[in-house]
Amino acid sequence: MKLLQLSPAELRRQLAGPGVWLRTGPFSVRVQARIPHVAEGLAQLYGQFEVRSPHEAFADFHVSLDRPRSVRRWLRPQVNFAVDGVPPFKPLPLDQAFPMLEWGLNWCVSTRAHQYLIIHAGVVEKNGRAAILPAPPGSGKSTLTAALMLSGWRLLSDELTLIDRRTGLVHPLPRPVSLKNQSIGIIRAFSSEAFINRESRDTVKGTVAHLRPLRDSVRRQHEAARPGWVIFPRWQAGATASLIPRSKAQTFMFLAENAFNYSHLGADGFRVGSALIDQAACYDFEYGVLDDAVAQFERLAAEGVA
Amino acid sequence: MNAVDLLSRALRAPDAAHALSMSEWDLLLRQAHHAGLTSRLHHGLRQAGCADAIPAPARWHFEAADTLAARQQVAVRWEIEQVKKALGGAGIPLLLLKGAAYVAAGLPAAQGRLFNDLDILVPREALDAAESALMLAGWHATGLSAYDQRYYRRWMHEIPPLQHVQRATVIDVHHAILPDTARCHPDPARLRAQAVAVPDLPGVRVLCATDRILHSAAHLFHDGELPHGLRDLSDLDLLLRDAAREADFWPRLVARAAELELERSLFHALRYVRYFLATPVPDGVDAALARAAPARPVQTLLDAIFTRALAPMHPSCEDRLTPAARLAAYVRAHWLRMPPRLLLPHLFHKAFLATDTRETKAA
Repeated sequence: MKLLQLSPAELRRQLAGPGVWLRTGPFSVRVQARIPHVAEGLAQLYGQFEVRSPHEAFADFHVSLDRPRSVRRWLRPQVNFAVDGVPPFKPLPLDQAFPMLEWGLNWCVSTRAHQYLIIHAGVVEKNGRAAILPAPPGSGKSTLTAALMLSGWRLLSDELTLIDRRTGLVHPLPRPVSLKNQSIGIIRAFSSEAFINRESRDTVKGTVAHLRPLRDSVRRQHEAARPGWVIFPRWQAGATASLIPRSKAQTFMFLAENAFNYSHLGADGFRVGSALIDQAACYDFEYGVLDDAVAQFERLAAEGVA
Repeated sequence: MNAVDLLSRALRAPDAAHALSMSEWDLLLRQAHHAGLTSRLHHGLRQAGCADAIPAPARWHFEAADTLAARQQVAVRWEIEQVKKALGGAGIPLLLLKGAAYVAAGLPAAQGRLFNDLDILVPREALDAAESALMLAGWHATGLSAYDQRYYRRWMHEIPPLQHVQRATVIDVHHAILPDTARCHPDPARLRAQAVAVPDLPGVRVLCATDRILHSAAHLFHDGELPHGLRDLSDLDLLLRDAAREADFWPRLVARAAELELERSLFHALRYVRYFLATPVPDGVDAALARAAPARPVQTLLDAIFTRALAPMHPSCEDRLTPAARLAAYVRAHWLRMPPRLLLPHLFHKAFLATDTRETKAA
């Protein structure tokens, strides 16, 4: 059953009690929270996700969001994120409860799921091939990922590219896309299909909001994809969209440095990383206008098929 | 008492894994993760031929934990080489303790073990030279408060932890295995005298089999905080099972405990390793250690404390009395480590003056 089939009251009841069991990509999560913004965020953004009975026996991650019991409760209310009772971060202002859930889930996956090589990159798919978009923060990676999803590409993830160590395939982890500052307005203007939830201001990343993943991306969240391209996007005012081939060796180094767990995997990390680079075309990509960028990606996707 | 301590049950009786329900697997994995024993549990299940009992959704947790544990072993081996080089230059022999020693010697206790730091033992007179040599190689004293620095250097059996400036690895340099102020004084010279070379690693020595066990026991029952209590017990279990393959092991262990003034620690270790992990101990051993046993009411109290304090650090293994038991274990350990005229001011400082005591190492 899907989360949208739970009534708001039932969702709140489960969150406050045994927790909501939901599946995102290969992982199951039990979420407990008595915070209205969390219930609201889940209802708005996770509607298409599979939920099971709150008494489902097994979950990979048990996470909770709570308001710490202290004087601050009344002055400047805060929220604490915990994984099975242990908080990995310091509390944040209560207003940031939903982004904190998203960051916390990313933390769970990136610190535990070593059956994958986990690269810090957005990733989308078309015609069975995945375009991996690694880039430093501020390069417009999430904006481009969001625009591609809204233009017919399937969202695999906006943050965590999971490369299966056995098969070398990219496993989807479609969750809400994190948008920051100007990106929020840009994506709203880009497509009438975009649903973006309420903004949390003054976070460490500035103003943050999340874009709902499209139904098709969620429905196909168990469908792995072959790595097709590794593309480093860079937004530059006034730039024409251009793809510039990039050295595979350099790309490999960047991926290794930007993988969450490359060093944990030892020699196997090298093997998986180089197999990935071998089968992917590597580019730098500069763009000034989102529509041009999407058109360029369309041509790229068409090339392979023809 | 620990009605839902699934972890120690699975460690002592891997066969029972076949009967676990999905919700029990869920809880077992959470307990194992909190205790840092996921990979070791996996190893135990595999060795007992029960790995096929692991249900598909739980499997990746074990494999991911194995990946981390394997990687840590490689890292520990590499650090051992670096420390050996640093100390070798100063002519100080390298004697490894605890986890690093288990890895170096290829002992079963290395299986699936996670590491926080690397422990070494050097003669007290070589302490300054060792610290200088390690500093030259990049290990520096960590940001402890002036109080903690003074406390370590004056009263402890080790200098403050040294952290590598680039790799952030931590070394604990010991000159003894218990603080100078402790009630019993295992003579470090005796430990060093019987240390054994590691065949594959020239220039590296580890404590002999009996001493490794006695050190582990002494450490467990003199350490104030027990975040890895069950992991340390599991180390002891594996060390004992491995060493007991030699015919005269048990009498030697008991005799060595007497020599090192560690009979009481050994008594406790054997009691709780059997309680949690069903380690086989021959009948005669209890009788041989009888004079180290506490009086019956004391034993009852200690049982109430340690059956709680050594259980996995997970809410599902705690009862009403667990917080009190942990506090009691903390106070008891300090009681054994220093006389009251030092203990009371120290606990006062820790309770009311020190900030972030949990972030620094248990002092």
